[in-house]
Amino acid sequence: MDLRRLPRTVIDPKVRQVGFFTSGDPPSARFNSNPADTTAATAATSATAAAISSSSPNSDINLAGNSLSPVMIPPLRRMSPRRCDDMQMPIGSYNPSESVLGTSPSRRGINGPDFSEVATSAWLGISGSMKAAASFPGSSGEMMMAGKNGGNALVKNMDSTALAVKTLPGVTEKDGGTLTDMKNDGAGTVRHQKQTTTRAERRAIQEAQRASKAAAMMDEKDGGTLTDIKNEGAGTVRHQKQTTTKAERRAIQEAQRASKAVAMMDGKGGKSIASTGGGAPSISNQEKVLKQSQKKDGPQDTGAASEKKVSRNPDKDRKKDIPQPRMQFDDKNRVEKAKRRAVVNQFEARNRVELFRHLPQYEHGPQLPYLESKFFHLDHIHPSVYKVGLQYLSGTITGGNARCQEMLLAFREAIIDYSTPPEKVLVRDLTSKIGSYVSFLIECRPLSVSMGNAIRFLKNRVAKLHRNLSESEAKSRLISDVDRFINEKIIVADQIIVQHAVTKIRDGDVLLIYGYSTVVEMILLHAHEQGKQFRVVVVDSRPKLEGKILLRKLVMKGLSCTYTHINAISYVMHEVKCVVLGASAILSNGTVFSRVGTACIAMVAHAFRVPVLICCEAYKFHERVQLDSICSNELGNPDVISNVPGKEDVNHLANWADHKNLQLLNLFYDATPSDYVSMIVTEHGMVPPTSVPVIVREYGKDQFIF
Amino acid sequence: MDFQVVVMAGGYSKNLAPLVSEEMPKPLLPVANRPVLSYVLELLEASNLKDLIVVVEGEDVALRVGGWISGAYVDRLHVEVAAVPEEVGTAGALRAVAHHLTAKDILVVSGDLVSDVPPGAVAATHRRLDAAVTALLCITPVSGPSESVSSVGKDKGRKLPRANIVGLDHTRQYLLHVAAGAEVGKDIKIQKSILQANGQMEIRADLMDAHMYAFQRTILQEVLDQKEMFHSIKHDVFPYLVRTQLRSEISDKGAPKNGLNGADYSLNGSDPASEILTNRTHKCCAYIANKSKYCSRLNSIQAFCDINRDVVGEAGHLSGYSFSAQNNIVHPSAELGSKTTVGPQCMLNEGSKLGDKCSVKRSVIGRHCRIGSNVKIFNSVVMNHVTIEDGCFIQGSVICNNAQLQERVVLKDCQVGAGYVLTVGSEYKSEPLSKK
Repeated sequence: MDLRRLPRTVIDPKVRQVGFFTSGDPPSARFNSNPADTTAATAATSATAAAISSSSPNSDINLAGNSLSPVMIPPLRRMSPRRCDDMQMPIGSYNPSESVLGTSPSRRGINGPDFSEVATSAWLGISGSMKAAASFPGSSGEMMMAGKNGGNALVKNMDSTALAVKTLPGVTEKDGGTLTDMKNDGAGTVRHQKQTTTRAERRAIQEAQRASKAAAMMDEKDGGTLTDIKNEGAGTVRHQKQTTTKAERRAIQEAQRASKAVAMMDGKGGKSIASTGGGAPSISNQEKVLKQSQKKDGPQDTGAASEKKVSRNPDKDRKKDIPQPRMQFDDKNRVEKAKRRAVVNQFEARNRVELFRHLPQYEHGPQLPYLESKFFHLDHIHPSVYKVGLQYLSGTITGGNARCQEMLLAFREAIIDYSTPPEKVLVRDLTSKIGSYVSFLIECRPLSVSMGNAIRFLKNRVAKLHRNLSESEAKSRLISDVDRFINEKIIVADQIIVQHAVTKIRDGDVLLIYGYSTVVEMILLHAHEQGKQFRVVVVDSRPKLEGKILLRKLVMKGLSCTYTHINAISYVMHEVKCVVLGASAILSNGTVFSRVGTACIAMVAHAFRVPVLICCEAYKFHERVQLDSICSNELGNPDVISNVPGKEDVNHLANWADHKNLQLLNLFYDATPSDYVSMIVTEHGMVPPTSVPVIVREYGKDQFIF
Repeated sequence: MDFQVVVMAGGYSKNLAPLVSEEMPKPLLPVANRPVLSYVLELLEASNLKDLIVVVEGEDVALRVGGWISGAYVDRLHVEVAAVPEEVGTAGALRAVAHHLTAKDILVVSGDLVSDVPPGAVAATHRRLDAAVTALLCITPVSGPSESVSSVGKDKGRKLPRANIVGLDHTRQYLLHVAAGAEVGKDIKIQKSILQANGQMEIRADLMDAHMYAFQRTILQEVLDQKEMFHSIKHDVFPYLVRTQLRSEISDKGAPKNGLNGADYSLNGSDPASEILTNRTHKCCAYIANKSKYCSRLNSIQAFCDINRDVVGEAGHLSGYSFSAQNNIVHPSAELGSKTTVGPQCMLNEGSKLGDKCSVKRSVIGRHCRIGSNVKIFNSVVMNHVTIEDGCFIQGSVICNNAQLQERVVLKDCQVGAGYVLTVGSEYKSEPLSKK
């Protein structure tokens, strides 16, 4: 849901440039007003882009932050931005949200002292696609957790950076005193800058306010002097109220939203942490204390916000601006609401696994009959969409490519049959139509990343339609767009991937594959057609046993295969030369999101020093970042793991749902850290996992934003 | 949802010989005092299918049925009643209305179906599997009264060979073989190619074809045009489609229709075990109704009795009436004499009068019947305006409109035609009685 929508800010081309090319002249002035501080150094990493443009106080900062990465040396960046991109993935510059705002400098200035949460978050990638721009203040609480706690988890991944992360809390605590001035200054800057009128500047102001809010929170826990800061922030806001430009108003909203989000955060810190995936399970006592103090803080903040309320309804704005956070299914209220809206009557499963309560899980038995019996009642859903939904639900269509393609074809049919109702505009009506189709499909089965991207593409195309186009023209354009997407992003992409990957197969190789990936199948068959002599080890896992299908296809084509289950992976890995895997999605920190078990295979391969090739079309890339497979995943029917196929009499787990203390978990996906991935094969070439953000950035543009 | 519905209502069925008459064609036979056709129409209406084509055999029947429909469903359904000549069969009837059919898929429902299986389920399965034809199969109902007093054994003996032989694949979604009961001799012949293509086949005899089919219109019309000999959907068209699923002659034209999925490189990892091996030119699917659903066809006198009993009894939700505390339906205007008992699973309609010391068990009594004293009615159906005089004993029988039973008539498993008069003291057993 949220994944589909880009934050508005990211789209802004001007801002984009600022992030990478550091053209922002206005910010430079601002920087000078920011006092340099050692703590800011760490923050600087997050705002490296800014650091470049700002000539000023970073020299000492850099000293402090030197250990972090070479990125900090501004000239290097300017000279060869490309190289940096490749090298310095964890750096904020990849994070569109960072780059977006010409404001990152100011954020650094103000936010810096606050443990440089921003920086850490950038590394952690929490903010990746999560509309950091919008949700930053909201997530600051979690970031803090992540900074401290998640830090441990990350240490291994980011050798150098981790150090900085760890040290941060200490630094800030010591610096409790200095914090306040910093903030005052920041606020001052804000006010000062108000006179300037460029858009970037105004953005900066918003950021600053937001930051100051966040800072205020942090402060309290440091026993600092948060109140005045808040006042300052409030002051600025109030002051701005008189002006009425759009940007100003936005700034105010931002501030309010920030405070809201902060308040919210406090309320349910635990959950949101889980959702961002930090080190949720290991919240230390210290953090709990922190949270409590934040709680105290929260209401005040909201109070302030309500005071500042401009005539607009902030809630409404918020809904518009911040994309809805992913639905958390352990939030009873929201689940209730969603249920009332739902087309499909879902039956919640019993005995859900604690850690995965936030994911939707339903009884799989009654769903299909229910939906089938409603066949003629859901008139507003196009038959072809309905059909695809049924096929998702019944498992007739599986696999990222197939699902995405079928969905697009269904939408295509729907567009062909579409006619604008009287007194409505095609662009708006069709968008809402597609929206309703999508929500229906989500009820049938959660969307995959690939589908999310495709939907985003289609909606974008609809939105970009020119008003003057006639209906038939608009429709034919959309249809050709859909065709183009299917052709370019799926079919041709697969062919190119096959061509790339085949070069890595040599005579005498033993390839290990896992599960059933269509593109991997195509690679193997193509290599076989080329006359390469190689052997394939097909590794499979219960309960889907998709490998059998692939195995059958391969054997029928005359490839020599070995079939085994994943339990034997450590044995079979000895003889393997190369592991070729598919993926459901690749996230911008290089994490590969794929059928459950992939991570295990990749790790074993890594341990055996066997290269791991991931074959994945670029339209499955996503700018989101994910560190574990808990926060976002899909739960399958738990019954299928309790059944033993072909042995009806072995049913030790029959009626398992009656045991309160027994839960079955049937996960669909897992996340493979980029460390275990040697190479990712896409239609844009073979790249290391660290280059994923580059592809997301460079090709994402042309994919989704036209 | 791009479906069109054709209801095959029929005309004067020979199977129901004494029951149907000029005034009472098969679609209007009362089941729990409602025409049997109303069950189908209401089932469809509940599924939001409001544009129907009802095909009736014979002009005069069409007039009657049309009159009844327009009266009963005036605001609720948009029904087009089409009359076809008698003896053209269901396939012929479809041919006759072919020019009305435009939707992508056609749902063909028999008008004598009494069921609560949602047609949407059949349609959804049809769509989901992209089938050429999907049939509704349901568990064959046990015929004859469950706690029967009379000679049910004979009935059962007659019923058994009617069992359909159905071959299913291991997922129980695809139909591989069908043979109607009448055609099954001592042994079943199964096509080798289909068996080979699927590896295994599950043969079942406990499934009944409920005569609800979803067809892809283009394929259906193709078959109807090409095979002019085909007379019945069930016996000709449907088995033909199942038989030729691997090598159909309509494949050339059938393929482009599902071309969208087939032409693009097939990603359908769906159910691939069978998919790989079987290159079906068209798919024949089955939707097997849940055991808890009621599904029965009124195609014989026995079925008529059974359905009447079930609708008032175990499948009471179909009748649309609310049951009293005694588990029966007695209209408030019905009059009961002293010491008269109406047992559970009975229905007594408006204006009927029962004399003293009567006993009614598991029976349906229609409107404005006059029943004298000391009458016993068990397991029977008494239609409207019937006069039964004192001391009659009726068991397992059907008594049609306006019939008259004079004193001390004893009937066992008889069918009394409309307007027939039974004289004093006559006794009959297992006989159809009607005016010649």
